[in-house]
Amino acid sequence: MSAPALSLELKPKLAPKSKLRLDPKTGKYLLLYPEKGLLLNPTGAAILKLCDGEHALSAIVATLAVEFRGEPLVLQEEVLTFVQGLLDRGLLQAAP
Amino acid sequence: MTRERRLYTLIAELTYLCPLRCVYCSNPTNLAAHPDRLSTADWLRVFQQAAELGALQLNLSGGEPLLRRDLEELVSGAHALDFYSNLITSGVPLVRARLVSLKEAGLNSVQVSLQDSVASESDRIAGRESFQQKLEVARWVKELDLPLTLNVVLHRQNLARIADIIALAESLKVDRLELANAQYVAWALENRSALLPSQAQLDAAREVAKAAKERLKGRMEVLFVLPDYYSDRPKACMSGWAKHYLLVSPDGLALPCHLAHTLPGLDFDNVQERSLADIWQNSTAFAAFRGEAWMPEPCKSCERREVDFGGCRCQAFHLTGDAAATDPACSLSPKHGLITEARAQAQQSPLIPLGLRYREIRR
Repeated sequence: MSAPALSLELKPKLAPKSKLRLDPKTGKYLLLYPEKGLLLNPTGAAILKLCDGEHALSAIVATLAVEFRGEPLVLQEEVLTFVQGLLDRGLLQAAP
Repeated sequence: MTRERRLYTLIAELTYLCPLRCVYCSNPTNLAAHPDRLSTADWLRVFQQAAELGALQLNLSGGEPLLRRDLEELVSGAHALDFYSNLITSGVPLVRARLVSLKEAGLNSVQVSLQDSVASESDRIAGRESFQQKLEVARWVKELDLPLTLNVVLHRQNLARIADIIALAESLKVDRLELANAQYVAWALENRSALLPSQAQLDAAREVAKAAKERLKGRMEVLFVLPDYYSDRPKACMSGWAKHYLLVSPDGLALPCHLAHTLPGLDFDNVQERSLADIWQNSTAFAAFRGEAWMPEPCKSCERREVDFGGCRCQAFHLTGDAAATDPACSLSPKHGLITEARAQAQQSPLIPLGLRYREIRR
């Protein structure tokens, strides 16, 4: 059973338990949550910086397409998969 | 997380004192030998040094960390260093206003322990009336929009109620539910025959947890931790000795794990005498079980040696008398019979209920 695709109107935001921070030792971003952390690649970090409850997924994809000069449809797939994964883990929430 | 040695998490065991007397407490059984010796300034210095070493996570633990009157100040110091701080508490003693202060000081998350879904059973295992207070604290945490982890230690006396425990966690809107089978070291080892579950109990509970995990995806994270007595492979204890974690005891000992100071022959340094960086890099006790040089066979040539690092040093010592032995939880250990015997005993219900030994200060 696969979950229904995410709407591009959805505005994701960090869950109360998630904290995005720079790791001064590596210069890379991490998503911290109780007792654990996810090491982020540059795309992941760029997505999460925009997960403020203000930006819709469509806007996030558009911004990333400029920043990473990527093919929008490929990026869209990447963003949706990434965001869905973090929604499933309760690290992101959908803003009302 | 990287596979390289890198400090990620500082566990600050602020005090071993606790109003509860849980029969599986993970503190050492010689509590009195490690009284509170660190001042507020000492702890803040330790936090600073840990941050400089690269630590990102700070667990404020104990005993009961709420017994430290300077907890707000410590949380505030952790916040200034940009730590992800996690308060690991029984919820006793706490009033709502203090939780508000802790949040205002920058606390990131709260883990509350619960012993069972039934008040009388929870209180019996905790050795004190505390169930209602714990539920109240859990509600305050959610009202204040702090992330809530509920930790329930599982054993043969509460495994049958795992579905009720999950339902209770759901009703409390818990973000993360840790269903962790007891680790049979320290107090839990003394109570092992009364706590170790049977295979059938575990299998049934694991199915319930698995279904709940799937059903609650995205709402509540459900973790089910098997006891290593039934896993046939040892746990990757602390993700490797002195690799990602550093723990400081109430009397200031810098340790690789919760019970390392119960191992003989290792000289652990005190944070009042040596910097954390110096200890992390140069302490002989930290070097003792790092890497693979210390490993005996069958670990030395095992393909899983980088997966589980030979298991738990404390379990190895407390069961075999040798801290450098392969963890007997591993089926390849020559001492694995110690585990299978305990397991065999646990398949039968005792004819008379076994007494529990409560945590206490032994002088």
